Amino acid sequence: MTAAVTTNSASAAGPRYGSMSNDRKWALRWSYFFLILFAIFFLTPPIYMLITSLKTSQEISAITNPWWVYNPTLDNYRELLSSNQYQRFFLNSSIVTICVVTITMLISVPAAFALSRMKFWGSTILGMGVFLTYLIPETLLFIPLFKMMAVFNEITGITLINRWWVLLILYPTLTVPFTTWIMIGYFASIPKELDEAALIDGANWWQTLTKIFIPVALPGLIAAMIFAFTVSWAQFLYPLAFTTSESQLVLPVGIITTLIKGDVFNWGQIMTGALLGAAPPLIIYAFLMDYYIAGLTAGATKG
Amino acid sequence: MVDATMKSDAAALRADKRGSLQKTFQRKSTIAFLMTLPLIVLIALLVLYPAIYAVHLATLNKTMERFVGLSNFTFLFKRETFWMVVWQSCIFAITAVFFKAVIGFIVAHLVHNIPDKGQRKWRGMLLVPWVIPPAMSTLAWLWLFDPSYSAFNWIFERIGIDPVPWLGDVYWARFCVILVNVWIGAPFFMIMYLAALKSVPDQLYEAAKIDGANWWQTMRFVTIPMMRNIIMITALFSTIVTFANFDIVRVLTRGDPLDQTHVFATWAFRLGIEGGDIPLGAAISLFMVPILTIGAIFILRDIVKRGNEA
Amino acid sequence: MAEVHIRKIVKKYDDVLAVRGIDLDIRDHEFVVLVGPSGCGKTTTLRMIAGLEDITDGEIAIGGDVVNDVPPKDRDIAMVFQNYALYPHMTVHENMSFGLRLKKFPKDEINRRVDEAARILDITELLDRKPKQLSGGQRQRVAMGRAIVRNPKVFLFDEPLSNLDAKLRVQMRIEIKKVHQKVRTTTVYVTHDQVEAMTLADRVVVMNHGVIEQVGTPTELYHHPRTRFVAGFIGSPAMNFIACNLQDEGGQLKLRVNDTLTLPVPAARASKYAQHKGNGSVLLGIRPEHLTEARAQLEPGVVAFDANLDVTEPMGMETLVYFPINGETICGRVNPAAGAKDGAPLKMAADLNQMHLIDAKSGLVL
Repeated sequence: MTAAVTTNSASAAGPRYGSMSNDRKWALRWSYFFLILFAIFFLTPPIYMLITSLKTSQEISAITNPWWVYNPTLDNYRELLSSNQYQRFFLNSSIVTICVVTITMLISVPAAFALSRMKFWGSTILGMGVFLTYLIPETLLFIPLFKMMAVFNEITGITLINRWWVLLILYPTLTVPFTTWIMIGYFASIPKELDEAALIDGANWWQTLTKIFIPVALPGLIAAMIFAFTVSWAQFLYPLAFTTSESQLVLPVGIITTLIKGDVFNWGQIMTGALLGAAPPLIIYAFLMDYYIAGLTAGATKG
Repeated sequence: MVDATMKSDAAALRADKRGSLQKTFQRKSTIAFLMTLPLIVLIALLVLYPAIYAVHLATLNKTMERFVGLSNFTFLFKRETFWMVVWQSCIFAITAVFFKAVIGFIVAHLVHNIPDKGQRKWRGMLLVPWVIPPAMSTLAWLWLFDPSYSAFNWIFERIGIDPVPWLGDVYWARFCVILVNVWIGAPFFMIMYLAALKSVPDQLYEAAKIDGANWWQTMRFVTIPMMRNIIMITALFSTIVTFANFDIVRVLTRGDPLDQTHVFATWAFRLGIEGGDIPLGAAISLFMVPILTIGAIFILRDIVKRGNEA
Repeated sequence: MAEVHIRKIVKKYDDVLAVRGIDLDIRDHEFVVLVGPSGCGKTTTLRMIAGLEDITDGEIAIGGDVVNDVPPKDRDIAMVFQNYALYPHMTVHENMSFGLRLKKFPKDEINRRVDEAARILDITELLDRKPKQLSGGQRQRVAMGRAIVRNPKVFLFDEPLSNLDAKLRVQMRIEIKKVHQKVRTTTVYVTHDQVEAMTLADRVVVMNHGVIEQVGTPTELYHHPRTRFVAGFIGSPAMNFIACNLQDEGGQLKLRVNDTLTLPVPAARASKYAQHKGNGSVLLGIRPEHLTEARAQLEPGVVAFDANLDVTEPMGMETLVYFPINGETICGRVNPAAGAKDGAPLKMAADLNQMHLIDAKSGLVL
């Protein structure tokens, strides 16, 4: 009796289940179809960079299929990597980025620790202020900053404009507020008992920070470092406004100002330079994708 | 016995008890203050001061010797280019954010829809535009839009469509600027929305299914309300960033043709740094403040609200 | 190893008094449990002993030294937290040795102590694991191990078992008792669970609203509660309180519950309660275990009465029965064979030799 009912209902439901899984299958196919379309849209420029970078200038100026490489060559890479100028840009960019990441961390980690754990007068307001600063774009500040550097030169005789290390002063204004903000979030998520246990174990505040907080919040620290790295590496406005001599330029500005000369565009080299310039962030992203994404989403989901 | 020793100890200690306790507290907050000092100095000197200084600069004449009051502003109001820039910046920000949000929303759902093990790969691929430095990727677009070698026009030619004057025509140039901005920003929206989608508990969807909700009703009454916070805050963030954008316009059009594609940031750079009229440049960039303030107030309100809920 | 003396300590948060001047002397090797409902000030007291909260007023002495202004690390105490507070990035060995390493102990001394503690707690094979790879009970052991290796004057436990499931809790309770028998360190243990308090403690401190209600051994608290709060808090199911009048009826002291039920006070208690006769607002306190089914032969002091059962809960070895008296639900414990049924009448017996009489106004046991 029970068996009969079961088979009965199963045969009735059978086709419907079938159609449901069919629906599901089609939904999945459509998803993949549109995902591929969007992937093409999102990946066309970088792929086109790669295609162009493998071409000779003859092939670029010939009227052939621009989407295909007929005579692939690494000449552009060889030429660019052996050029003193390009090496200089790359070196400047590397030094600036490494220094800025270090400075950023040295400022934001202790500040985040103090703001998340040691309440003091004005600490809540400061925490809010840090976040607000993050919302002030560099495009609002570059003109007064430019003038400030000029005035500073008049007063002290120290030249800051057109020196690559002026960027070490400017970039932290872009990185520190956000890294402090996300580090506050990560530190705040560490249970209070952990510092109390450390306190009873005899750790002072410095040991609590270095031996407990930093290791426990390491994923957050890595995410913050990646953020600082990408911002410093990609920054375009400040170096464009503050540095002009070729020896002082960083990569993004260097490629755009030196490889584009008047109307003569050496597109093979420009694309090679741009691709090499995009490589460090892409490599870091490829290896540390989860930290990268955690840093991206932390701003809105934490705090 | 114990009591006796305790009392004498206590008497000795009581004298400086309050004092020593206060001292430890003072010391702790002094350390905390010292730890935040570099941050405070940085923000005060390189963010707050320049922001105020910009207001001062905007009231000087071109050589910065004389106070001219609001004449820089009245000068701007009289120029057609200024109103074009205001218009252009607003249109640019609104359209770009709208399309970023829509594309991000669609792509996030597509990724969320496919089996879990494939998601990582797709997500990784689709975020690439966000990872490449904008100045570098805009160069690739510049090359794709090249007047004589445009790879898009090559395809159009094959399928019988007239070549498009991508950056040569005002309207096409504006379209290109927005397109590149959407291309760079949409992946960010996608990542945020995907995170929001993942945070909706499965039980809610199951409950909706049991209540007989169809696809649209589930979206309308479960998904979107649950994501509302993140949708809002991402859009606000993006509005601020897009409105203040510099890199894309600078690399792609430099404001051309005929200054018709300038936004506040690029025009301020053109007049302030390249044109040497710092006060005028400062005055232009100050026009970004109202929009940024509105955005900031909304974001802050959301954060304070969430802080109170927690 | 040391005694702890607490003198009139007060804790004030802004305007709220969390602890209102308590005195407590804890002897060397003693296991003292602070118990009470949440918000009674027990955890605050423990944290003041640990030095994690500063003391608003009064004094705490550990081993004879006043420690009010001594930072936690110099108080020579160890603490086990509710959520264990194990350092997630360190192995078990590193977790246990962290305090010793900070104090720059020689390496072989550290290893000796860790190995010994691991042996006591039976976690030797876990020493190289990270906290994430451990079960709740194992984490609990590691947290205790971290306390033991430091060989402190005092162990402090802050509700250490409340994150474990019921079965594991019983097991770890026995474990903690065993460890204390081995190391004999003075222990202050905070819990809201009176069963834990009764089973673990040498002495139990019952706290409520920031003051100590009573201090005593578990048996003292059970048999001689001093206040209504203690009477109701200790014991499970909780003691029944029945409002009644203490009257003299023909030279016999009687408790008049209502028109149909009047209970005679046993002769042994009569002299003690005589002075309160005529008091119209007393509570009869009687534990469920002293309300059983009536046997044919009633012992002296045991009074039979009729009850209409509302609900019965068969527990296997006994059956809990609930019936109304004066609108209050009263709980009794009867033999499963007594035939208790939902909604059926049952002849009950109250063992008034075990009664308590409480002044409803002052809340004191008379």
